[in-house]
Amino acid sequence: MAHDQHNYLNHQKGIWSWLTTLDHKRIGIMYFIAIMSFFFLGGVFALLVRAELFTPGKTLFSADVYNRMMTYHGAIMVFMVIVPGIPAIFGNFVLPIMIGAKDVAFPRLNLMSWYMLMIGAAITGSTLFMQNVDTGWTFYTPYSSIKTGMGVIPMVLGVFIIGFSSILTGLNFIVTTHKLRAPGMTMTRIPLMVWALYSTAILQVLATPVLAITLLLLIAEKTLGVGIFDPQLGGDPVLFQHFFWFYSHPAVYIMILPAMGVVSELVATFSRKTIFGYTAIAYSSLAIAGVSFLVWGHHMFVSGQSEFAGVLFSFITMLVGVPTAIKLFNWIATMYKGSIRLDSPMLFAIGFMFLFTIGGLTGVYLASTGIDIHFHDTYFVVAHFHYVMVGGTLMALMGALIYWFPKVTGKLYNDTIGRISWVFIFSGFNVTFFPQFILGNMGMPRRYYDYLPTFTELNQMSTFGSWLIGTGFLVGFFGVIFALLKGKEAGMNPFGGKTLEWTIPSPPPHENFDKTPVLTGGPYEYR
Amino acid sequence: MSTANHAGAGFHHAHHFDSAEHQYESSKQGIWLFLVTEILMFGGLFVGYSIYHSLYPQIFHAGSKQLSVTLGALNTVVLLFSSFTMALGINYVQRGLRNKAIIALAVTIACAGIFMVVKYFEYTHKFHVGTVPGKYAYEEELSPSGEKVTRVGALLAEASKLSVEEREHKLHLDETEYEHLTLLNNTKNWPLFFGFYFVMSGIHGLHVLAGAFLIFWVLLKVIRNKVGPEYYTPVEGVGLFWHVVDLIWIYLFPLLYLVG
Ligand code: HEM
Ligand SMILES: [Cu+2]
Repeated sequence: MAHDQHNYLNHQKGIWSWLTTLDHKRIGIMYFIAIMSFFFLGGVFALLVRAELFTPGKTLFSADVYNRMMTYHGAIMVFMVIVPGIPAIFGNFVLPIMIGAKDVAFPRLNLMSWYMLMIGAAITGSTLFMQNVDTGWTFYTPYSSIKTGMGVIPMVLGVFIIGFSSILTGLNFIVTTHKLRAPGMTMTRIPLMVWALYSTAILQVLATPVLAITLLLLIAEKTLGVGIFDPQLGGDPVLFQHFFWFYSHPAVYIMILPAMGVVSELVATFSRKTIFGYTAIAYSSLAIAGVSFLVWGHHMFVSGQSEFAGVLFSFITMLVGVPTAIKLFNWIATMYKGSIRLDSPMLFAIGFMFLFTIGGLTGVYLASTGIDIHFHDTYFVVAHFHYVMVGGTLMALMGALIYWFPKVTGKLYNDTIGRISWVFIFSGFNVTFFPQFILGNMGMPRRYYDYLPTFTELNQMSTFGSWLIGTGFLVGFFGVIFALLKGKEAGMNPFGGKTLEWTIPSPPPHENFDKTPVLTGGPYEYR
Repeated sequence: MSTANHAGAGFHHAHHFDSAEHQYESSKQGIWLFLVTEILMFGGLFVGYSIYHSLYPQIFHAGSKQLSVTLGALNTVVLLFSSFTMALGINYVQRGLRNKAIIALAVTIACAGIFMVVKYFEYTHKFHVGTVPGKYAYEEELSPSGEKVTRVGALLAEASKLSVEEREHKLHLDETEYEHLTLLNNTKNWPLFFGFYFVMSGIHGLHVLAGAFLIFWVLLKVIRNKVGPEYYTPVEGVGLFWHVVDLIWIYLFPLLYLVG
């Protein structure tokens, strides 16, 4: 590939051209830079939280500081990293190309979503310097509404604005998928990544407004003292939990569905086989999105909700396992007798399947009302959701990064560096979080600054694991820098992918396609 | 309708759409999706409202008596009328009747203004008698029995010392309102109702302001000939938003004012 070739990177020059760009590819890169910075910040907090737990009692900080670090770690990771992560970065970059479009439906709105994320993050982040918040990322009432300081207001306002950004991105993706597909690209021919992003977008649009109103009510509660969540004034603090989880449970699928989309792409490409059960994988995304709205009560088994509600939520929660298992079995069936190449993206995909399965199965434990009484608010829950969110989403994010890196930059990501990064992250991850299952089972509660001396060894193991993970991500980041500086020219299709983005030059031209593609077959036709 | 939106001589569609028609339909879908999110957001409030209404029907009964059905009904009529003028405005823009469109849109903005003025009077009256949300409804000092006194309670105590005429004159309290306030004040936790009242009508009011601002924005577009029979997506989008704001009020009015 000649260097003077015209592409979206050299189409316009200067920082201003980036900050005002309407090109979905550049916006994807801007999201990458922003979200990775948040990730770094959230990661530092994580390491500090773990460091504090290295010994019982005070290790480095006071309990107060610990509570704040834990809150910022959770809020940053959830609202600024894992929720926007894959859709905003890779969705933006590949979704239009994958369906043969020149851009998303509303490029201006797309840019605006990025700015809203930045503004929201700035407001939330500013509380770090003015008013520290120590509520945990769930902002549960009555603590958040009555007991703690006013810093909760800007914190929550920032999250509200970030939610807006998420809604607008989702809306944009839905219309793009409906309206901008290339000729011949029927809904049953769109790549599975697009199906995943589309289902995610539906969740973003339908669930996030409920979070918005919940956060507004919390602000109203704090400023006007309306009493909706205050038992002293006739309200009910548990209502907040219902509202919160009505969003936040679907939100866990906003986090995981895009990851599943990535894994579908990786499995297809690196097994060189037509994906097994395309329709089943596609529709299971929609099914997961649908069911996820009906299960929020499993976060509240011990909140005093009726026994009947408990049983019902328990049952529906387990139903989510069905479409999830469908995906997993289809991926495995695809890999079966395929000519699998264990390049680093594929390693991350396999890591995803492994860790996500553990996370999902422990979810079934938690969904059983009787067992949850034992595990609720213990480290078991912490281990569960880290297995799904980190083991699932972040593994997929790394896989996506290495897989699409050559398309985005025109340079190959060094596979050896990718593998080293994978070894550290994967092993570090298990060293960090597996002991937490045991700790939870032994009764160590979550969100505590201190613990009984009997828990010391397992906690130290966990802290040690966190350093391995940290190293793994640093290696991954080094790989990005190395590839940008020294990477080999990638060519159009280094991995032999079959979806549309691999039919155009790397980096893609400004308008993606010189000639609008016309589709005559499905997305993964390896023969 | 959409066939009228074909690319005319002057109008240029964005590069990633096939035609002006294509762009119009995409924009319209986007606007509808956005409106769905608005309805869901208010939906959260409605759910909260229904839960508390079924838990404490007395509070909502006593609270709603305190609202002025006349003013609420007046505002309902004003908003319905404004939806009509908005629809006219869109129609005029589509038919290229620029001057009529300007009048229709201006009237719509005026209606929004009337709505907000009426709201202003409703709100200030509530501040006057002390029917305000949650903790602000309570007086700072505690009564001898240790129970918290509401501002309404304090007002009623003062009124009970006066004759009916003096109440009218000094406290601007007529007999019915005096009775309603007494009923209210005998209902435990009544400020919860006003929590809902202020939050729901407040967020709706913010939407009315946003709507008025948006209508003003498209009005400027009409004046500057930026929209017309070939291209009227923003006018139609803002119009849809305005109808939804109207629709939400149609639900708020009976829920807040008429449940008693
Ligand atoms: C799809 C990926 C998933 C993600 C990202 C996820 C994430 C989470 C998170 C963040 C929490 C903790 C919330 C808090 O801070 O209180 C949680 C708790 C829980 N999860 Fe999951 N989860 C996933 C899948 C599942 C599945 C498949 C099940 C059941 C079959 C499940 C059942 C539960 C239950 C019952 C709890 C509540 C535990 C308790 O607080 O006692 N989750 N999950
Ligand atoms: Cu959940």
